[in-house]
Amino acid sequence: MNPLKKTDSKLNSFSTKWAEFVIKYKWGVLLASILLALGIASQGKMEFDGDYHTYFSDDNPELLAFDGLQEKYTKDDNAFIVLTAKNGDVFTKKNLMAIEELTAQAWNTPFSNRVDAITNFQYTRADGDDLYVEDLSYETFSKSEKDIKRIRQIALSEPLLLNRLINKDGSITAVNINVTFPGLSDDENPKSVAFVRDLIEGFQEKHPQFDVHLSGIVMLQDAMFTTAQKDMMYTVIMFVIVIVMLIILTRSFYGTIVTLLTIIFSIAVSIGFLGIAGIKLTPSSGSFQTIVLTLAVADSIHILVTFLYGIRKEGMSKNAAIVESLRLNFMPVFITSITTIIGFLSMNFGDVPPFADLGNIVSVGILAALVFSVTFLPAFLAIMPIKQREPSSNTGRFPKKDWLYRFGEYVSENPKKLAVISLLVIGVLSVLSFRNFFDDEFIKYFDETVDFRIHSDYISDNITGIYNIEYSIGAGESGGINNPKYLKKLERFERWFEKQPNVVHVNSFTEVARRINKSMHGDEQHFYKIPESRQEAAQYLLLYEMSLPFGLDLNNQVNVDKSETRFTVTTRNLRSSELIALSEGGEKWLKENASEEMSALGTSSTLMFSKLGVRQADSMMSGNIITLILICLILMLALRNFKIGLLSIIPNVAPIAIGFGIWALYLGEVNTGMVVVFGMTLGVIVDDTVHFVSKFLRARRELGYTATDAVKYAFETVGKALVITTIVLLSGFLVLAQSSFAMTSYMARITCIIIPAALLVDFILLPSLLILISNEKKLIKAKN
Amino acid sequence: MKKIILTVLWLGFISGMNAQNPEQKGLEIAQAANKADEGFGSSSVNLRMVLKNKNGQTSEREITTKTLEQIEDGDKSLVAFNSPKDVKGTATLTYTHKIGSDDQWLYLPSIKRVKRISSSNKSGPFMGSEFAFEDLSSDEVEKYTHKFIEEKDGFLIVEQDPVDPKSGYSRRLVSYNQNKDYRVEKIEFYDRKNTLLKTLNYGDYKQYKNKHWRSGKMVMTNHQNGKETTLIFSDYDFGLDLAEEDFTENALKRIGS
Repeated sequence: MNPLKKTDSKLNSFSTKWAEFVIKYKWGVLLASILLALGIASQGKMEFDGDYHTYFSDDNPELLAFDGLQEKYTKDDNAFIVLTAKNGDVFTKKNLMAIEELTAQAWNTPFSNRVDAITNFQYTRADGDDLYVEDLSYETFSKSEKDIKRIRQIALSEPLLLNRLINKDGSITAVNINVTFPGLSDDENPKSVAFVRDLIEGFQEKHPQFDVHLSGIVMLQDAMFTTAQKDMMYTVIMFVIVIVMLIILTRSFYGTIVTLLTIIFSIAVSIGFLGIAGIKLTPSSGSFQTIVLTLAVADSIHILVTFLYGIRKEGMSKNAAIVESLRLNFMPVFITSITTIIGFLSMNFGDVPPFADLGNIVSVGILAALVFSVTFLPAFLAIMPIKQREPSSNTGRFPKKDWLYRFGEYVSENPKKLAVISLLVIGVLSVLSFRNFFDDEFIKYFDETVDFRIHSDYISDNITGIYNIEYSIGAGESGGINNPKYLKKLERFERWFEKQPNVVHVNSFTEVARRINKSMHGDEQHFYKIPESRQEAAQYLLLYEMSLPFGLDLNNQVNVDKSETRFTVTTRNLRSSELIALSEGGEKWLKENASEEMSALGTSSTLMFSKLGVRQADSMMSGNIITLILICLILMLALRNFKIGLLSIIPNVAPIAIGFGIWALYLGEVNTGMVVVFGMTLGVIVDDTVHFVSKFLRARRELGYTATDAVKYAFETVGKALVITTIVLLSGFLVLAQSSFAMTSYMARITCIIIPAALLVDFILLPSLLILISNEKKLIKAKN
Repeated sequence: MKKIILTVLWLGFISGMNAQNPEQKGLEIAQAANKADEGFGSSSVNLRMVLKNKNGQTSEREITTKTLEQIEDGDKSLVAFNSPKDVKGTATLTYTHKIGSDDQWLYLPSIKRVKRISSSNKSGPFMGSEFAFEDLSSDEVEKYTHKFIEEKDGFLIVEQDPVDPKSGYSRRLVSYNQNKDYRVEKIEFYDRKNTLLKTLNYGDYKQYKNKHWRSGKMVMTNHQNGKETTLIFSDYDFGLDLAEEDFTENALKRIGS
């Protein structure tokens, strides 16, 4: 006996012994596994986190830069309420009174620290040596028609308001509520959202003359929260699909029940893990149940199908069928679970914590599925009264020549032709796959069923942008922001940005400097420019700051040391690449045109998301390579065949190449969520290869079949199970593809291409290659 | 029946006599505090302001404040800015009014002009600090409605609601030390949505002229943005004998030059 055979039989005897143990102590095993599941599940806790910061690792440089900027000034999370006057004119007494009222109430928003609207805009004017700083429309009820006309004129020509809080026609206006969450509890954002929604509801009842739209970071986080919860509901749909499929495919009541219980236990354990690890769910990890469900089914199905085959077709006793099923499946199920786990764990290489979370939760779920499939499942089958059937009359070596078997015959007869054709197809699609480009658009992470998306699009189309880039521009010394040299340079930067395409609004400290200078000179228009001396600018600023009311100060724009100012560019909806290019353009301008102190890096929440995909792709690269190597090594070990292990890279990588090739024809745009697809699907599709090749090798080693017959045997024994698992996987990811969150839906969509592609490759290319390399062997042997 | 009504009325009258309502008591405490400090005439003090942000980075400003006591109306004060150097020589003159908006002038040495600030806004931050102008201006009893809350550790806690609708606060809780001439030990500020915004702690108290308590160090902590401002007072001088003519627009210009 050669050493390979020895380990082979050792493993066989282990599986057999294990199966016998489970049957002997079926009640104990059943009870123990139920207790294990319940014990871990009892620690379970499902919490959601809509905080967009969860998408960034603690050491993400973009996050650090943005947090740094927010600490220097103010942390600006916001709720953005947009009011569209149905009469087409915001500037009527009735409308302005409503806005003033809404603005006053908005100050009561939990965690708010600032509310900006056209009515409370601090309008500065001069009357001789008297300086007036006051709300643009205070106590609107007392205003005359003439006053209102003047207010309209001021608002529509005010650079700080136009395209930010009012549109050009004066028909749409906005109220911006700034909030700073202390971050002490999870319900801070929901509290603010609930308040704002209530506020708007009351407002619309009282003032039906407005249409209201709602956006801002607070609403983004709400959308994330809601999407994560909504995605959980897909599990229910998936459950129904799985039940129907199990009934149709196994036609076994107990088989369906035991599979469902195994899955439920696995999900319960993964939920327990959530609680133990303290993971909070996000839109990206909220889909874990559906994925665990989808993947856990596979383990059970393989064991179940072999078992049913045993008692139905081969006339085995129930216990003998259990032993035989475990003997045949223990190893493949173990291997496929491990490879799937490796695939999902590879998500930890990435820089996006929700995906790492997803990978870890799913891994735990799969591990649980593996454990329950070889403990609970056989114990349950052993206990339940499942009757042995008379073997069907057709008792030949290949009892039933179904379409799969005939397909297997066809493949084994035309290996060369099929190999060439499929390699050609794969080659073409692989080349195509390079036509994919990495890009996404922040707002499009939500599809058009999500209110946040609809409202944000409206806002972006009609009044202002929801994308921005911020720079903190230093003057190099304390008080230096009043230096005319600094201010004039900043003004040039402002002008440069205003000229860039897609820029909607630029907010720079220079506007403040120009405006006070004008007011200090009796409101003469030609003094609407940067003050001539540093002292002048500093003293004007001091005066201006002293005149501002609570909450409307300059702390959000100027740092305490007066050595840096905040520069904010608002843009139209831009693709990530465009936003990054614009931001880098600004950085470059500063580097080339301004002093060293003024150099600054662009940052913002939208920019962080735009850069996230590229960062994720870079960090996943090594993870993907390591995953590929690990899985190959495992295949070689598991199949105990170096050559076939190495060969299996082709059928495992090919489906991914096919997937991305077809994707290039379909959308061509790869987003952050799809970065993890390589590792994830590799771990899943390798299962097909493992099952197929292990059956093939068993036929060669144990039964002494020729390669051609071994391929037919593999089709016969495992073909149906592979078709079933592919259908289950496909439906699981099809369900996930319905997610309204593009990181999830894109990931699921491409997986929906890859999984059937994997089956085709394993049914066509893999057997052809197996026969071809085996024939070579024979030829060499024959020569010797 | 009549008897019962009479008894109820009478009982109500008695209890009204004995226990004043909290509003009255609060007002009385504030008045007592005001009274205890009456008669200081005028004073001058140097003030160092240390602004600290969440990360501990600091920034400083220095000012000199002169105050002239007024009995009928609010006090007059003159603030001269000494640093940062860009604003050196800038000065403000404020006439606090017990009722209505204060009057305020500012002298700008860079253009050698006095500007009148016609703004009813006093709730904004003073020189970027955590002190609002309204926290620093003279505390007039009439600017608030008062309500006694409780006595705690020898301190009388009074809730004061600002009369000015433009105030940044919905209310403030002031702790008066009844054993030390009702000097203020602590003020907690609540923002418009009635959440705790800031706490001001008074420390290093010293008594001048055997009567007037002045704090040497005031620390304002903002609970919402994590920033803090410390005021350090030095060289209190009650012997200057300042007069009305030291608090005029002309005096303002003199300070700057």
